[in-house]
Amino acid sequence: MTTAAFTQARMRALLPAISLFAVLVPILILQPATFSYFGSNLLLNLAVPIVFATLAQLAIITVNDLDLSIGPFVSLVACIGATLLVKQPWLGTLALAGCVLAYAAVGALIELRQIPSIVVTLGLSFVWSGLAIVLLPSPGGTSPEWLGAVMSFQTPWIAAPIIWSVLIAMIGHFLLMRSSAGVRSRAAGGNPRAVRRFGWSLVRNRATLYGVAGLFGVLSGLSLLGLTTSADANLALRYTLLSIAAVILGGGEFIGGRVSVVGAVLGAITLTLAASFLAFLNISSDWQVGMQGAILIVVLSLRVLLQQRNGDKQ
Amino acid sequence: MNKYNKTGDNKFPPLIQSPPLIRFSGIGKTFGNVKALSAVDFSFSPGECIGIAGHNGAGKSTLMAVLAGVFPPSEGVIETDGQACPHYDANTARLAGIRCVFQELSLCPNLTIAENLCVVHPRLSGRGWRKRARILIRTRLDEIFPGNTLTGNELVSDLTLTQRQMVEIARGFTETDVPVRLMILDEPTSSLDAHTAEQLLAYVRQATARGVTCLLVTHMLGEIERVSDRVMVMRDGCLVRVLPRENLTRDSIILAMGQHVEVSNAPREVRARMAREKGAGYEWALGPRKSVKVDAVPGEVVGFGGLAGQGQTDALLAIYDAAQRDARTRVAFVAGDRGRDGIFPVWSIAQNLDLRWLGKGGMSGSRNSETRRSRAGFLIDFAAARALVEAWRVKIGIRGASVNASILSLSGGNQQKVLFARALASNADLILMDDPTRGVDVGTKRDIYQLVRDEAAKGRTFIWYTTENDELTYCDRTFVFRSGSVTRVLHSDECTEEALLAASFEEHAA
Repeated sequence: MTTAAFTQARMRALLPAISLFAVLVPILILQPATFSYFGSNLLLNLAVPIVFATLAQLAIITVNDLDLSIGPFVSLVACIGATLLVKQPWLGTLALAGCVLAYAAVGALIELRQIPSIVVTLGLSFVWSGLAIVLLPSPGGTSPEWLGAVMSFQTPWIAAPIIWSVLIAMIGHFLLMRSSAGVRSRAAGGNPRAVRRFGWSLVRNRATLYGVAGLFGVLSGLSLLGLTTSADANLALRYTLLSIAAVILGGGEFIGGRVSVVGAVLGAITLTLAASFLAFLNISSDWQVGMQGAILIVVLSLRVLLQQRNGDKQ
Repeated sequence: MNKYNKTGDNKFPPLIQSPPLIRFSGIGKTFGNVKALSAVDFSFSPGECIGIAGHNGAGKSTLMAVLAGVFPPSEGVIETDGQACPHYDANTARLAGIRCVFQELSLCPNLTIAENLCVVHPRLSGRGWRKRARILIRTRLDEIFPGNTLTGNELVSDLTLTQRQMVEIARGFTETDVPVRLMILDEPTSSLDAHTAEQLLAYVRQATARGVTCLLVTHMLGEIERVSDRVMVMRDGCLVRVLPRENLTRDSIILAMGQHVEVSNAPREVRARMAREKGAGYEWALGPRKSVKVDAVPGEVVGFGGLAGQGQTDALLAIYDAAQRDARTRVAFVAGDRGRDGIFPVWSIAQNLDLRWLGKGGMSGSRNSETRRSRAGFLIDFAAARALVEAWRVKIGIRGASVNASILSLSGGNQQKVLFARALASNADLILMDDPTRGVDVGTKRDIYQLVRDEAAKGRTFIWYTTENDELTYCDRTFVFRSGSVTRVLHSDECTEEALLAASFEEHAA
C-alpha cells in the first residue's frame, strides 16, 4: 500500500472526529460555559440513549440490513419501563427479555426466508408502536427509582454522558471490531458466500446481531426513560433516522459490512450537539432537523470525494 | 533457478501403498434439472499433484466445490482415510485437512488480511488472536511469495487483484489445529503475474514433496504439464481420462479434452461470399486501440469462441453500441444471463416476447411490416401483438403454458427460447447473442440452432458468442478470443476442436 493511499484511509477514518470538532468548536466559541462540568452535562444529556440506539442500528447495518423499527422499539421499551417494570418488576424484566429474543428471531427469519429487512422492520415498527400505545395510551408513567438514580449519577471531574459514551464505544469496539467473533460477524457482511462456504451458520450470525441490536435498543429505551422520568408511545420515533444517520456519519456503509463503532458513537454525539448548535445561535429549533441533514450531506460528500481520489490512485 | 520446476528431478510419491486420502465413488451432482457431475470415481493419494483440465462447464469447479464441502453431492459416497462420510460438509472437509483456494476468491473485502484468517480458522480466538493471525499469514506469504511487501494489516479492499489472489492462496496454506493435507487450487494463477505464478508453482512442488496433495485446476495447460503427476480430464460432468505423468504433453491434454462434434456443416461459404461481393457487410473495429477487427456479411453466422471471459462479451456490447449509433443497422441482443439481463420476471410470456417488437412502433416485426409501417404510432396494436406472439409461440414450440402466464412458469430453456423469439420477432437484421445456451438442455439447444440457421438463410446476420465449442460448427466463421484480442479467425471447414483449442490457448508473451 502506498503511503498516499494510507493517509487517505486515515483521513476517512478521522472524518467522524473532524466533523465532531467542526460542530464543537463554534459552540465553545459562542458559549464557553458549555465546556464546564455542568454545561457539558446539560449539552450531552440526551446523547446516551442516542448512542445506544446508534449501536443497535450499527449491529444491523453490519449484515447489510436496515432497521426501520428502532425508534418505535425504543419508545416501546420506555413504555414497558414506565409501566410494567415499576408495578411488576419481574413481568417487566421478562417483557424486555422477550423483546430481545423477538429481535433475534426476526434476524433468523430474515436470513432463512431471504426477506428484505426493510420490509420486515417497517412492518414491525407499527407493531412496536401499537404495543406501546396499548401499554401507555397517554403520556405518563414513572421511571423505576434505580433507573433515575443511574442516569443522574454524578461522576467526578468529567460529566457522566461523556464517560458513558466513551465506555460504550470502548466495549462495542472491543466486541465487534477486535474480538474474533465480532470480526466473523463483520465478515458475513463483507462476503456472506465465503463465510457460509467455510461452514459458518449465517442464520445464527444474523440472529446474534439482531439480538445484540435488541439489547442495545432496550438499553437505549431504559436510559431515555431514566432521563425523562416519564414515557410516551411517540417518545423516540425520530431515533430511527437519527441512528441511521449517526452510523453513516461515523464512516459506516449500507452494504459491505464496513462499520466503525467509535465513528458511530462520534456521529451520534455530533448529531446531538448539532441540535444545540442552532439554539446557541438563537435560531428556531424548527431548523434543527434540517441542520442535522445538512451535516450528513456535507460529511458524506467529503467521504465520497476522499474515496474517489483513493480510487483514482489504484 | 528453481530446482522444483522439473518434475523429472523428483521421486514419485508412493501412490499405491498408502491408503487414499479421499476416495470418490459414483459422485453425481444436479442443480435443478441440470446435471453438473455424473458418476465420478477417483481417489487422491497423499503427496501427489493432480492437474484437472476440461472445458468451461465440464464440471471441474463443481467437483472441487463438492470436495471442499460447499455442496453435498446428490449421489455417491465420499470416503476420507478409508472411512465413509455420510454427512460431508465444510467442517468435515476442514477437519480432514482439505483446503480450497476458490476461483472467484473468498476473502472479505471489509476485513484486513490477518482478520480474514479467522473466517477459515475457528481456532483463532481469545487473547492475542490478531497477532497470531498476522504471524501465520506473514510466514506463509513470505514462504510462497518471497519478496512481497504485504504486512497483514492492509484492508483487502485496498489490495490489487494480484495481491488478493496471493493472500487467498497463502491463507489456504495456513495451519492452526489441522495440518493441510489436500489443497485445491482453482485457477490460482488467473490474476497472478508470471513471476508470482512461478513462485506458486515452485511452492506447489515443495508442498507435494512434503506429502500435501495438490489439485491444480487451470486453463493454463503449460502449468499442469509442468507440475502434475497425473491429469484428470473432465468433459460434460464426467471424468473421461486420467493421463499419467509419462507422455504428458499439452497436446495430449487437449486431445483428451476434445469433444466429438456432430458435423452438420452445410456449405454456407458460398452464400457468404456472394453477399460479400455485394458490399453490404458490417465492419467494426473494437477494443481500446480499435485493434479488434470484426466483420460480417448479411446471412452470415459469426462465432466468438475461446475460453470464457476473454473479452467476447465486451466485444458484443461494443458492436451493439456501434450498431445503435448507426441508423441503418437494426440490432437485437440476446442475453446469456437470463435472470439478470434477459427476462422481466413479473411480466407474462407474451409481454416478454413482444417487447423488442413494440420498441419499434409495434409494427415492424410481422411479415407484412412494410405495408403497415405508415400506421405506426405510439399506441400498441394489440391484435397484431397477439398474432405475433401466437405465431412465435408455435414456432418456438412452447406448449402447455398460456402466453399470459408468468414468464417464470417456464423452464430455463423455454425462457431462453422466449428471449430468442423476442430478438427474432423484431425488425433486427443483426442479432447479437451472448452465450445464449448457457444452462439449457440439449433439446432446446437443437431448436435454437435450427432457428438460427433458418433465420440466417433469410438474410439475418448473427454474432454468436458461445463457450461451447461444438456450437461453433454452426458458424460460418469463428473469431477466437484470448485476453481481449482475436488470435485466430477460423472458417467453418477449419473449425475443428483441436484448432479451436490450440487458438484458445495461444498464449501471449506474459
